[in-house]
Formats: sequence, C-alpha cells, structure tokens
Amino acid sequence: MKIRVSYSKLGKIRFTGHRDVAHMWERTLRKAGIAVAMSVGFTPRPKMAFGLALPTGAESLIELIDITLDPVSGATVDDLDSIAQRLSTSLPVGMSVTGIRECAGTEVSLQEGVVATTWVMLVAEPENGPDIATAIERVNSSAEVLLARERKGEKHLDDIRPGILELRLADAELMSSLPADWIGESVGHAIVATLTTSGRGIRPTELVEVLVPESDPPINPWDHLNRVLRINQWIERDGERVDVLTGRAAHTSVSA
Amino acid sequence: MTSLWSRLEPLLARVRKPARYIGCEDGAIVPQHGHGKVAWLLAYPDVYEVGLPNQGLQILYEILNERPDAVAERTYAPWVDLEALMRERGIPLFSVDSHRAAEDFDILAFNLSSELVFTNLLNMVDLAGVPVRAELRSPTDPLVMIGGHAAFNPEPMADFIDVAVLGEGEEVIGEITEVVREWKASGRTEGSRLAVLKALAQIPGVYVPSLYGVEYDGDHIREIKPLYAGIPERVMKRTVSDLGDWDYPRRPLAPLTEVVHDRLAVEVFRGCTRGCRFCQAGMITRPVRERPAEQVRSMIVDGLQRTGYNEVSLTSLSTADFSGIESVITSIVPDPTACGAPTVSLPSLRVDAFTVGLAAKVAGGRRSGLTFAPEAGTWRLRTVINKLITEEDLYGAVESAFASGWSRAKLYFLTGLPTETDIDTQGIIDLAAGCVAVGKRHTGRANVTVSIGGFVPKSHTPFQWFGQNSVPELRRKIGLVRDAATKTKGVNVKWHDPSASLAEGLASRGDRRIGAVIERVWRDGGVFQEWSEYFKLDRWLDAMAAEGLSPDFYITRHRDEKEILPWHHLSAGLHQDFLWQDWRASLNEFGLEDCRWTPCYDCGVCTGDGLEHIVASPIPPAGGSQGTGQDLSRGGITPVTLRTKSSVGAT
Ligand code: SF4
Repeated sequence: MKIRVSYSKLGKIRFTGHRDVAHMWERTLRKAGIAVAMSVGFTPRPKMAFGLALPTGAESLIELIDITLDPVSGATVDDLDSIAQRLSTSLPVGMSVTGIRECAGTEVSLQEGVVATTWVMLVAEPENGPDIATAIERVNSSAEVLLARERKGEKHLDDIRPGILELRLADAELMSSLPADWIGESVGHAIVATLTTSGRGIRPTELVEVLVPESDPPINPWDHLNRVLRINQWIERDGERVDVLTGRAAHTSVSA
Repeated sequence: MTSLWSRLEPLLARVRKPARYIGCEDGAIVPQHGHGKVAWLLAYPDVYEVGLPNQGLQILYEILNERPDAVAERTYAPWVDLEALMRERGIPLFSVDSHRAAEDFDILAFNLSSELVFTNLLNMVDLAGVPVRAELRSPTDPLVMIGGHAAFNPEPMADFIDVAVLGEGEEVIGEITEVVREWKASGRTEGSRLAVLKALAQIPGVYVPSLYGVEYDGDHIREIKPLYAGIPERVMKRTVSDLGDWDYPRRPLAPLTEVVHDRLAVEVFRGCTRGCRFCQAGMITRPVRERPAEQVRSMIVDGLQRTGYNEVSLTSLSTADFSGIESVITSIVPDPTACGAPTVSLPSLRVDAFTVGLAAKVAGGRRSGLTFAPEAGTWRLRTVINKLITEEDLYGAVESAFASGWSRAKLYFLTGLPTETDIDTQGIIDLAAGCVAVGKRHTGRANVTVSIGGFVPKSHTPFQWFGQNSVPELRRKIGLVRDAATKTKGVNVKWHDPSASLAEGLASRGDRRIGAVIERVWRDGGVFQEWSEYFKLDRWLDAMAAEGLSPDFYITRHRDEKEILPWHHLSAGLHQDFLWQDWRASLNEFGLEDCRWTPCYDCGVCTGDGLEHIVASPIPPAGGSQGTGQDLSRGGITPVTLRTKSSVGAT
C-alpha cells in the first residue's frame, strides 16, 4: 500500500534543510517500526517520495511525503490511524502528522502534481517607501512585476506577476486558525500569498524582494521576512485548484 | 538566566547551515537548572558537525544530567558567519540546548581532541564574555576547564584555563561538581576563586596550572613545582577500571542535520597495548578495558531502536582486537529484530586476513574500499615505530580483500618518522605497487590509494624526545612519494599540505611561553586552524618571531634524557624510564610485542593504578602476526643514532 502523509514543521526545526528532513524520515520510520518497501538495486533505499522542498527557515502546516509500505507488513487502510500515531511519536520535536490517506498508484507524483502553494508571511514594514498594504495593492494592480534573478550565473529580469495567484493582507479569521504559538515574539504584517510552483516557481523571499523597495546594497529578504508558513499545497483537478491531501477546492478567491 | 533564542532566531535564516545552532536532537535533554545545581557548559571547540558525534562529550552530558546536583548543556564553535553577526549585535556564546548565555554556567568545559583547536577555545571564551586570561577572571566568571587527549600537555594553554583534567571523565566530573557546588553555596566571595582552585587540585587527575610555577634556565625548563603547600607535585591521569560499569551514552544523540559520523557509535574497549610508538592515544589510554560483549550487543540494539539509525560503528583504537568481535557481529548483522539488520562499520582495521574476513562479513554489498595502516614503508622503519606488520601480513590482507570482491585499498602512512631515510620513503610506493600487483591477480580494476600525513611527535610517548621534521623536509618526502607514484600504475597519492604540522607540533610539545603565540594567532584572526582554508603558516611564524621564540627549539630539535619536558609534572601513568627505554629500543630497531598476550614490560599504568587489562580472551587474536608470535630477533643489532643537528649544541 502506498500512503500520502502530510505533516507540519514548526519552530526551531524549521532551520533544517530538505535533505535533513529526508534523513529524519528514514530514521523516524525505523523508530516507529513501520516497514517500508525498498527499492531494488545495489544500494536499496526506502521507497519514499517527497513533495516540494520547503526552503530552510520556512515553516509549514502541510508538508507531504508518499511512502510505499512493505507488502509483507500487510498494512491496510484500517491501520492508517495507528501509523499516523506512531509516526507522530517518533518524529522530532516540531514535526507531527497532520493527515494521512491511501494514495492510488495512478495518482500523479507530488513533485509533478503540485501547482501552487499558499503562504502566510509576517513581513516587517519597510523603513522607507510605501507601507505593505500599498505595496500589495501595487503588485495586484500591475500587469507586470519584474524581478532580477540569476540563471546560470547571469542576471535575468523575470516577470513574476503571472505566478502570483493571490496576494492580500491576512484576515483575522485566518490568523486565528493558525497554531497559537506560531507567531511567538515575531512581529510584522501578516500577508497571504498563493504562488505558483511550476517552472521556476516563486519563493516567498522573492515576493518580499518585490514588496520592499529596492535599496543599495540589495536587501536581504530575511531582514524583512520574520516568519513564513506554508498553509496549503494545491493540485489541479478538472481545471480547479484542490487541496493536495483532501481534494477540497480552494475557498479563497484568486485575484489573477 | 534567559534564553537568547529570540535574539538569535532572526539571524539564523541568514547563515550557512543554521541547524547547527538549534539543538533539538533525539536524545537531547531538557535542562533542569535550579538553585544549588552546578551548571556545566560542555564545549567542543570546532563546528557542530564535527563536535556533535564526540562520544566523550555525549557521555559526560548524560552522566552530569543524571546527577541531582548538576545540569549540563552543550555548545560548539559558531561558524565564522554567525560569529560575525553575534559580535556585531553583542550576542554571547550560547548553549544549543536552551540557548542560555555561556556566562550563566559555572563551568565551561572544553573537550580538546587536537591541538589545532586551541585558538578556537580562546575565541569561544572571548565570545562568552569571559576574560581570555585566567588571572583576570573574577569570582563570578565560570571556571574554564579542558579535558581530552590534547589536554595531556596543557602547558601552552596554562594562561587561559583554570583547570585541566587528565584522563577519563566519568568519575572525576562528579568530584569536581561537589567542590564547585560548595563554592557556589559559599557565595563565591572575593578571593574565593583561589580557594576553589586549591580544593579542585586535591582531586586526583585535576591539574590547576596557576598553582604551579615554572622556572627557566635560558630556553630550558629548570624546575616545575607547586607554589603552595599541599598541592601535589605530580598529577596522575584518571582511568575507570571497568568499562562495563559505564554503559554510556544510554541516550545517544541523533542530530537533525548531517554530521561527520552520522551513525550510532558503541565503544567496545578503551586503551591499546600494541605499543605503536608514535601513537599518543594508545599510550595515554592504557590499559586495555573491554566492554562485556553482551553489553555491547544490548547497547547496539537499544541505541538503534532509540535513534532509528541503521548503521553502527564499533569504536576503539583497534576494533578487530576486541575479544567478542565475532560473536557481536554474528549476532547483530543477520538479526532483523536488531533494527532491520544494521550495517556495521569497523574503523581502524588491523592488517591481517582475519580482519578482512570480518570486514567482508559486515560489508554486505558495499565493497567500496578497505583501509589499512602500515604507517611506514619498510620493515626496518616499522620496527622503529613498533608497527609490527610484515610485508607478508599486508599482502595477505590485501590478497583476501581483493579475493572477497574489493577492488580498492587505501593505505595510511606517516612520514617524518625517526630514523626515516629516502629508502623508507621509496618503500611506501614499493608496498603500494606490491598491493596493486596482488590485486591485479583478482581484478583488472585493482588500485591502491596511498594517504600520507606528516608525523607530529606527542607528549607521553616514546617519541616525545624526537625532533619533528621541518615543513620543507616533510614536503620533500611527500614530493618523493608523489613523483614515484606517477611512475607506478594503479597507485594514487593523497596528502595534506604539512604546514599545519608546524602549529600542531608547537602546541603539542610547547611550554607555557607558547601561550603568547596562541593568543597572537587568535587575535590575528587565526581560528578554525584544522580547516586548511583558514590556516596560514605565516601567522604562526610571525607570532613566534614577535615573541622571540625559535621554531627549531620547540619543534625540530631532539630532546635529551635529562631535559625537563613541559609536562614533567603530569603523568599518563607511564614511567619516564619505560618511555625512555622504549625510545632507545626504537632507535635500535627493536620491536615490543603486545603486553596483553606477553609478559608485562612494567610501563607503569597497571601497577601504578592498581589496574589490569580486562580482556575476555587469554589468547591473541587469530590471523596475522602484528607482533604476536613474531620473530623480532632481527632488531637490536646495529644501534642507530639520530643525526645530530647543529641547533642542539647551540641551545
Ligand atoms: S603495566 Fe604492563 S601490562 Fe599494563 S599496559 Fe603497561 S606493559 Fe602492559
């Protein structure tokens, strides 16, 4: 059986990287005593497939992993709750399972299937230049938003506007639905952004670069980005964006 | 006592590998600080990936936290990027467990596994906001303590440390805790620092440099003696008598990010009596104490279960010598209940066919390369260093390695050894070529990598009197090996530039006057000296020159029997006579067999400490000679003398 598991990554552990998380999962599965199917070959590896990498320093309510269980274990859908429980106990502090379901072999892989992710970002007000609300307004009303990025050592000006699917200040309802201890002592304006992941995708730090006015030397986006939390990952089904785990459609309106 | 986390947090997204600073490992404790508890900050003066796996630190961390009167946290050297941000914002050195300031601890205890980290210690003490020089510390400053192998000659660090601990820490940390607890309870009044240091100096194994005076006669030391009544003239190392009483770490730390030894480690024995004369670790950790095989097995099973690792390293100075090795391996490797048939790695392989058999048993499908350490290129030189491996041993081992499916062997050599001539250096390539020839009989892909390092003589070894080769001489010899290798098919050479061996040699056998050099190098920005990108030879030479000290006197000069060495008052348990005789025997090319299986040479460690070897098997390990049952009659015929250098007469 193949399972799709979603998990959170919150707090200090956000400073670990994508590779680190892969290693943590290998150790976690062994600690939890969950038999995973192994790849065949010279150095067999557990059959796990990860979703999109979460940038080091970002947190998430919904990270994803597909795991193929060892057929010998005889696990069925009835075991999913207990598997989730065992995984949560074995995961490191800051990570726990938030959802689990069987995953059909025909389902498109996480890497290919996910088209966009939604973020809540706590952005510090820039010292000079327009406030965040104005900056958001400006992006939303522009037909084109240019960002200088490097590709193969060369600077390119990319229009990232088409990839910004949603951008707004977070409302109180959303904020109160987030884990209570998430914000901690950090401050800033809470904004919500849904960004495309196809092609090169847009990183939250890149969005900060277009929201905060240019300066010399160029800003370090992390000076302004106090916290960043992934709250949704989307796949496309019948022309609609639906939640990757639950299949529910997006509630939020799209401004693009 | 507040956490610095909220000040650190905004910096971490901007530095490389921020997971170095978050703690949160599997097995980490939630520190319980409290009134009356002695708070230890266990520090490793290198970067997290190198320091986290250190077993000594993990063991003490656990033992201290089990005590009701102590609490221990850990810290590692922040990498240069974070350090710059910390200094810019006035954030002091912090613990990774609860991100407390180092200053809030009573003891800053550094584990020193190499001399090249000395400057990092100064940097960390400074980052902690504690005066770098011990004499300037106030009663409320933490005590700065060192331990580990590089603490066996603490003299170059005498100005910067309050206390050095010689030997194994399991027992002595409790005794130190008790003394410091009383000092805390007494309110640490003005002037009480001297009193607590004097009380600590009463504990066996504890050395307080400031309680001793060193008198010089020109360049040489005339006398080292206690400055106060009641302070021991000589400090003896500590040794736990039975490793079976100390089944630590029980909660091994499994980090959340990649580290250098990313696997479970279980120590199978301590000490080594093979008697390699260049090897400080072997000399200072005698006698041999094996862990009961059953305990090894349960530590493996339990450790794998706790951490989720599927690989375990059985550690010691020569793991194939462990009496229980076969029973442990045969019971662990095929056992799926022992966490899914884990991979076993055996560091420090002996050079013989038996060992290769073990390696084949644990290797499974992975046959990447096998490493052997003949250390010297000719049998003559191997009798000098007492690495008693014959050519037949090596070829036999290599034969069985290639026959069992390996296609690559790695051979470790030292260069700059006593009495070494270019014949010995050429011998390195001859041996490697011989191994390739053996391998070609089995596979066309057979190749051998020669890894060559410059020898640095260490304190408490028979080679403590030997004048280290100069950097140009080491370079020349490495060059000879490289040139010869280019003409030899199937042989590759790996080497490190030997310039750091100068700094290592200086710090290894230096006296208190070297402290000023270390401080200069640190002030000039010389941190992370183990990292070649941060090492600059000129920094050390300039600092020597500025202090008016001669590299020849400290590094390349042979010492004689009458010379008072800087660690004269410190003992690893080995009789000075034994070391000197062994040095003479070495120059006479006379090998000594392993005392586990032959009569005692009375080196001093067993008799002096009421200890004995704890070895489960009364017979030497199977296969290979390695000095057991070896014909050693060839040595001792023509006495060899060391080339006398002009400088000896000049001093
Ligand atoms: S005292 Fe004797 S038996 Fe013990 S380590 Fe020394 S030589 Fe070996």
